[in-house]
Amino acid sequence: MRRKQVLQGNIIVAKAALAARCNFFAGYPITPSSEIAQFMSRELPRMGYDFIQMEDEIASLGACIGASLSGRKVLTATSGPGFSLMQEHLGMAVMAEIPLVIVNVMRGGPSTGLPTKPSQSDIMQARWGTHGDHPIIALYPAFADEIYSETIRAFNLSEKFWNPVIILLDEVLAKAHEDIELPRKNDIHIYKEKIHRIKDLNIYDREIGENPPRVDFFKGYPIHIDGLEHDKHGWPTSDPETVNKMQTLRMQKIYHYLDEIVKFKEYYMEDAEIMIFSFGVSARSSLAAVKMAREQGIKVGLFQALTIWPFPKIPLKERFKQIKKVLTVELNMGQTKYEIERISLDDVEKKALLRANGIPFTPNEVLDKIREF
Amino acid sequence: MVGGEIMSKLTIPQEEIMSSGHLGCQGCGATIAMRYMLKVFGRKTMLTFPACCWSVIDGPWPYSAVSVPLFHTAFETAAIAASGIKSGLDAFGKKDINVIAWAGDGGTFDIGIQAISGAAERNDNILYIVYDNEAYMNTGIQRSSATPWGAWTTTTPVNNPKNRPKKDLVEIIAAHRVPYTATASIAYPEDFIKKLEKAKNIEGFKLIHIFAPCPTGWKMPPDLTVKVARLAVQTRIFPIYEVENGVSYKLNFNPKKFVPVDEYLKLQGRFRHLKEDGYKFIQKNVEYEWELLKKKVETFK
Repeated sequence: MRRKQVLQGNIIVAKAALAARCNFFAGYPITPSSEIAQFMSRELPRMGYDFIQMEDEIASLGACIGASLSGRKVLTATSGPGFSLMQEHLGMAVMAEIPLVIVNVMRGGPSTGLPTKPSQSDIMQARWGTHGDHPIIALYPAFADEIYSETIRAFNLSEKFWNPVIILLDEVLAKAHEDIELPRKNDIHIYKEKIHRIKDLNIYDREIGENPPRVDFFKGYPIHIDGLEHDKHGWPTSDPETVNKMQTLRMQKIYHYLDEIVKFKEYYMEDAEIMIFSFGVSARSSLAAVKMAREQGIKVGLFQALTIWPFPKIPLKERFKQIKKVLTVELNMGQTKYEIERISLDDVEKKALLRANGIPFTPNEVLDKIREF
Repeated sequence: MVGGEIMSKLTIPQEEIMSSGHLGCQGCGATIAMRYMLKVFGRKTMLTFPACCWSVIDGPWPYSAVSVPLFHTAFETAAIAASGIKSGLDAFGKKDINVIAWAGDGGTFDIGIQAISGAAERNDNILYIVYDNEAYMNTGIQRSSATPWGAWTTTTPVNNPKNRPKKDLVEIIAAHRVPYTATASIAYPEDFIKKLEKAKNIEGFKLIHIFAPCPTGWKMPPDLTVKVARLAVQTRIFPIYEVENGVSYKLNFNPKKFVPVDEYLKLQGRFRHLKEDGYKFIQKNVEYEWELLKKKVETFK
């Protein structure tokens, strides 16, 4: 019999990472994510793996990239200011196509900001924080069981697509202790990377939209991995045609598989006339508000994004064909509000409940906003 | 005048600039360090803090415990923010304002060291003070590179303890050949104040490394702060000395007899897991480092 446990959100992340066979952690302490590092510092050495506390976040992601290249499944955890320091390396990992998972337990910002208060204000940093055009995957759990399942999914996606995956987590969810029934080992699906014994030097060679194979970098040929734009061998190039092809390859490996990557949950959407778009802790307030509104006869539903990047554009566009009223609920000054505005039609009435003062929304506040339609 | 006579005999300035009501834990060593520092530097002082205990201890608006202008900057930039402020003030001819970077060991030994090295190499006219409580206390007692060998922290658990010695910051800074570098302890305020006064009158980059115990993180009763700080010096775990121009070393505490390290270690919960061989290892290391230091003192007399 599986027993329910009471676990902190940060610990759920760490336990899920170990279940996904994460075997390397390099990190730097930062509130409110430190418990992940603390847990890993106890558990990984016990299993014979490495936990390294680094001198800053630049070093954290640098070590993760190195460890990933040499075949480890890597995790690092940070918060807003530390995530900013990771941005250069994040671009590097996208460019060199290196799988890794970053947990960003968001706090109010900018700068030291509101270090002990929740915020959902790193959504655009996750998307556009690093320089250059690049694809990114960011997942956004809201409930304890989702924290577990999305962490495992993050490892699977990063392994499959050879890309960094970011888990955005709300401070309140990371710090709260909730009851959770952890799945059995056999019920967890773990993507097994196919390690290709390379036959030639064309490590980045593939057709547009094709999944990249995972190459054992240090067996066979001396492989060249480069932060410069490179050709199919990994060697630097500035030939416009090759550059164009490599950029397209990197984008398409994500955008070709949107069905697999983009996940969301819907509540009370069958007959909804008003749709709430939300995620994380705001989605939890919204769900409670939806239930209250339903009792009062208001036909409202909730669209909870689990994948925030790539943005769930296609399913949302589909919903906007029927639903003509949308309310965006987020703990920031309107970061996904603009995404919703970009993809909804002119005849959709748009409202947003926004706040970035460190206090999560209460269901009543969401309900009041629903009543404004 | 009787009062005047007493005043002239005091070795520690009487005026209190730091106020009560700060948010430090009971027995916080860092607050004692700040109190002495402000006594020497007075109100014509500007502070830069990175993220550290003191960025919280100072207190929320409208209560500021330091009573002087303060700039709380990004984690890695205490030194260079001070450099910028100092050159800005110089440009306006305000040369009598002391600019002090005040940072914990994490913001100094780890993430901040690049900025400190830059400021030291340029010989920026600032004073950098690191209050060393030997871990990231503000984020919940994670190890830093100032954490000593064998100490427990939340990221160096007992099953995987720290197996490297503390980074030798003073040596690193002295290697930049800056005018003045020193270590000090809150248990020896006269010495600390003398060093602060010296630094105040030196042009260029100065760094003072002040040992400031943290009862919360070291797992010891708060009334032991000063005692433990004194034992750290008496055992030679934290020798107090100064280096001028990167080469001339001077020991400020050099008695005939020393206290064994056990007396220091046994007072603190963070060393509770250590066994006899652990004490021996630390004792041996302390003696080795002391010999090294004494050689430097003799060589560069």
